[in-house]
Amino acid sequence: MNHVRNVAAGALVEVAGLEVRAKNRVLVTGIELSVMAGEIVSIIGPNGAGKTTLIRAVLGLAPPTSGSVRLRAGARIGYVPQRLVLNPNLPLTTRRFVGLSGTFQKGRRKAVLEEVGIAHVADSSIHDLSGGEFQRALLARALLRDPDLLVLDEPAQAVDITGQSELYALIERIRNERGCGVLMVSHDLHLVMSATDKVICINGHMCCAGHPDAVSQHPEYVALFGSEAARSLALYHHNHDHTHDVDGHVHDEHDHHAHDHTGHGHEHHGHDHKHG
Amino acid sequence: MDTIINMDDFLFRALAAGLAVAAVTGPLGAFVVWRRMAFFGDALAHSGLLGIALGLLLHINPFIGVAIVTLCVAIVLVLLRRKRELAADTILGILSHGTLALGLVAVSFMPGVRVDLMGFLFGDILAVGTTDLIWIYAVGSVVIASLLVFWRPLLAVTVHEDLAAVEGVPVQRVELLFMLLMAVVVAAAMKVVGIVLVAAMLVIPAAAARRFSRSAEQMAILAGVIGAVAVCGGLGSSWILDTPAGPSIVVAALLLFGLSSASSVLKAPR
Repeated sequence: MNHVRNVAAGALVEVAGLEVRAKNRVLVTGIELSVMAGEIVSIIGPNGAGKTTLIRAVLGLAPPTSGSVRLRAGARIGYVPQRLVLNPNLPLTTRRFVGLSGTFQKGRRKAVLEEVGIAHVADSSIHDLSGGEFQRALLARALLRDPDLLVLDEPAQAVDITGQSELYALIERIRNERGCGVLMVSHDLHLVMSATDKVICINGHMCCAGHPDAVSQHPEYVALFGSEAARSLALYHHNHDHTHDVDGHVHDEHDHHAHDHTGHGHEHHGHDHKHG
Repeated sequence: MDTIINMDDFLFRALAAGLAVAAVTGPLGAFVVWRRMAFFGDALAHSGLLGIALGLLLHINPFIGVAIVTLCVAIVLVLLRRKRELAADTILGILSHGTLALGLVAVSFMPGVRVDLMGFLFGDILAVGTTDLIWIYAVGSVVIASLLVFWRPLLAVTVHEDLAAVEGVPVQRVELLFMLLMAVVVAAAMKVVGIVLVAAMLVIPAAAARRFSRSAEQMAILAGVIGAVAVCGGLGSSWILDTPAGPSIVVAALLLFGLSSASSVLKAPR
């Protein structure tokens, strides 16, 4: 397997020239990405674009047919899979489900359940949780491993709209508090754009990558998601009322805005500047 | 008890064998239910007859023959399913009935050996000998020990394979271990309830245990207990009413399942 554990300084994971095939079909090709510690990178793209395949390659679950996936030596990964359906005939409490990934010190499970805000359902059956609570339980299970890199595949699926923005705010808070890297797949363009440092838009191949602003104006992005999506982002963009520092970063205001405005596709990080 | 042992040694051996088998089919059956593998267990059991033919042919203990054949069938099933060219239930249907037919034909070819076909198909618990008992207890203790040692990885893989793999569980090895356990348990359970009804001892006690369990461990242990009660009930009815022992055990398990369903209907507020 090309899941090599050796990577340039600073990066948690580096994907270079990645191609994954299934039988004779190319699922993804020519993918380049890296995630630094403390960085939120979002993968967007239409259905069947290979987003999950890319995630699986990063996790070492889908071996690359060419190219490489390199993890920083010793980096621990926390994984929140897509559409997890549990068999209701398997009785499990939330606490037990979260701790299934290993044996942990006393109190650790309670601590992560509190961190994601579901300590009150620790002793409930995992099957009785709401969509949002279940996604948080998955997140808790990933956090229990004290990950350097969090990999989330459509973390807000089966969560209602308010719950979605809360969940993205939680992911952002976890990043801020733990300083871990986050790599996530999403199709909620607006929510993703507002809470991410770097966007990678794929459709089998790389369409465009970079700062959310740059990506939202990119012709391939516009072609995939329609000018409506690009315009609505741009609209919020020009109506914003806060100030930026030289870099275009507004980290201090970011948290505050994440609570107030997520769901609007509001973009806080740098705007008309060029980003490398 | 003493009088029973003295008077009816065969009944004591039957009970000892039945209880041991129930103790392993219970917990393993819980996994079968959790992994939605009821028909997989059935297919493995059906291939058992081929294993008996192999045992007779090679003059080895039928236990070993059955364990070898069922393990091979299990691996073939896993490989075929991974190729995804046919639906899982189609593959199971082909292998389950194909191997049973193959076994019936193979056994009929055995020269000079009078094979008790009914005994193999529906169990012959009252004819359990001391050697059988030793085999059943040896297999039973190895299975229980493996379940205890590998409980967490087995459960983690059952809940979600990819998640377990990312968390460092050697998924393929755990999977192979599970197949191995299934193969030897099917071989051990065959003597008690027979090829045709082995899957019932895996599925029914576990399903009956579900209603009363709050944790995976509770369900596994309770399934073993329910299986043991079914063995006692089946043997009792066989002794008193002269019914066939293997099927009676399954009927007793079925009654317990019915009771558990009824109790949950009565308990449910809606």
